[in-house]
Amino acid sequence: MATPELNLSKEEVQRYSRHLIMPEVGMEGQLQLKRARVLLIGTGGLGAPLGLYLAAAGVGRIGLVDFDVVDFTNLQRQVTFGTSDVGRPKIAAAAQRLADLNPRIELVPHQTRLTSQNALDLLRDYHVVVDGTDNFPTRYLVNDACVLLGKPNVYGSIFRFEGQVSVFGYPGGPCYRCLYPEPPPPGLVPSCAEGGVLGVLPGIIGSIQAMETIKLILGRGELLVGRLLLFDALAMRFRELKLRRNPDCPVCGERRTITQLVDYEEFCGVRGEERQAPAAAVPEIEPRELKARLDRGDNVLILDVREPHEYQICNLRGYLVPLGELPRRVHELDSARDIVAHCRSGKRSAEAVEFLRKAGFRKVWNLKGGILAWSDQVDPSVPKY
Amino acid sequence: MAVKVVIPTPLRPYAGKQDSVTVEARTVAEALHALTGRFGELRVHLFAEDGRLRSFVNVYVNDEDIRYLQKEATPIREGDTISIVPSIAGGS
Repeated sequence: MATPELNLSKEEVQRYSRHLIMPEVGMEGQLQLKRARVLLIGTGGLGAPLGLYLAAAGVGRIGLVDFDVVDFTNLQRQVTFGTSDVGRPKIAAAAQRLADLNPRIELVPHQTRLTSQNALDLLRDYHVVVDGTDNFPTRYLVNDACVLLGKPNVYGSIFRFEGQVSVFGYPGGPCYRCLYPEPPPPGLVPSCAEGGVLGVLPGIIGSIQAMETIKLILGRGELLVGRLLLFDALAMRFRELKLRRNPDCPVCGERRTITQLVDYEEFCGVRGEERQAPAAAVPEIEPRELKARLDRGDNVLILDVREPHEYQICNLRGYLVPLGELPRRVHELDSARDIVAHCRSGKRSAEAVEFLRKAGFRKVWNLKGGILAWSDQVDPSVPKY
Repeated sequence: MAVKVVIPTPLRPYAGKQDSVTVEARTVAEALHALTGRFGELRVHLFAEDGRLRSFVNVYVNDEDIRYLQKEATPIREGDTISIVPSIAGGS
């Protein structure tokens, strides 16, 4: 790979003029940006503004790590992509977009999943790592790799309409494990697919991450080291909490017990969950079988355990009792009737069936695969979400 | 005394959808006890079976982590705010 030239061309001077006329950046700062190598882990919701603004700013080398393809549901917030990109690898689509924005920078695609086997090698040649991932195992992996390699980790995370930003792994500052030594058990905190997210939220949080990355490179301003910035989009309020380096931190503390990368899926309990056999699997019914029974005129109650706003998206004209309300409203159900419970994908309704069976209901079944499977197998006119 | 407890987004469904709850307490322990007394469903999300605060949930009095104050024995003063800050991982 070519070494970046240690000056700016006439074209670059013009491109970055709004940076150059600021004393806080100037020629020296712009050259620092040009010499910088930043690795973006994740090219999704957070990765979108990150890639765009770091490319626009003239960061000399931007590495992009993502293994995923563009999905139609991504377009609500992953603004680097267009409708024509659906189905393409995210790396290819993002690289194309960023190269068009700024052909002068070097984009290094890493179309791979970040793992304990490749993380150290992948991160090694970069100055700054930006965490735009969406799951706990990878966040802990990124953190540990950054601490082991001595790289700053610009962290951002989102949930629905709330976000967090900080800079971990900075000399003297805390790391992610100082804040959260252990992850939540799987299933306790929903992902964006399950909990939803206001599309513009990662735009705000990712932009703040980009800002911190640029300040880090320039050595300007006060960084979010030892500071956790909390954002509540609905209240439109920023708050800040103090973060300290934990002297007992296993990866960056005084008595380190983690000196190499571990199995993060196991650490986060994901593997354990996969190993468990579906305990006391609830009675199920396939969508086609339910359709057949309804067509025959069987007296089946379809119990919909989703939330009211989901019912408005699409429904099987079921009787709506959101899962959380079921214990309070179980008396509304007739245990003499056949009841088929459904939700979106079959998980919540499985819990409902288990609850009802424990409550003495004998004629309850879970609609396997939920309304998504109904759309796939019985009635494609039902929208999937 | 009355203290405001800020409820983070992931836990609002278990706290009557509120973004903050005011309770009477003299320490953090009393405040959390009052909170989970009022909203029983919060208990399992905040506390492990052994009664200790879950390690992916941090509690702050104003802007200080209680781990660096007196933990759950941290006293509450007039005007203090308690924040519950769980880890979130969304990004894509």
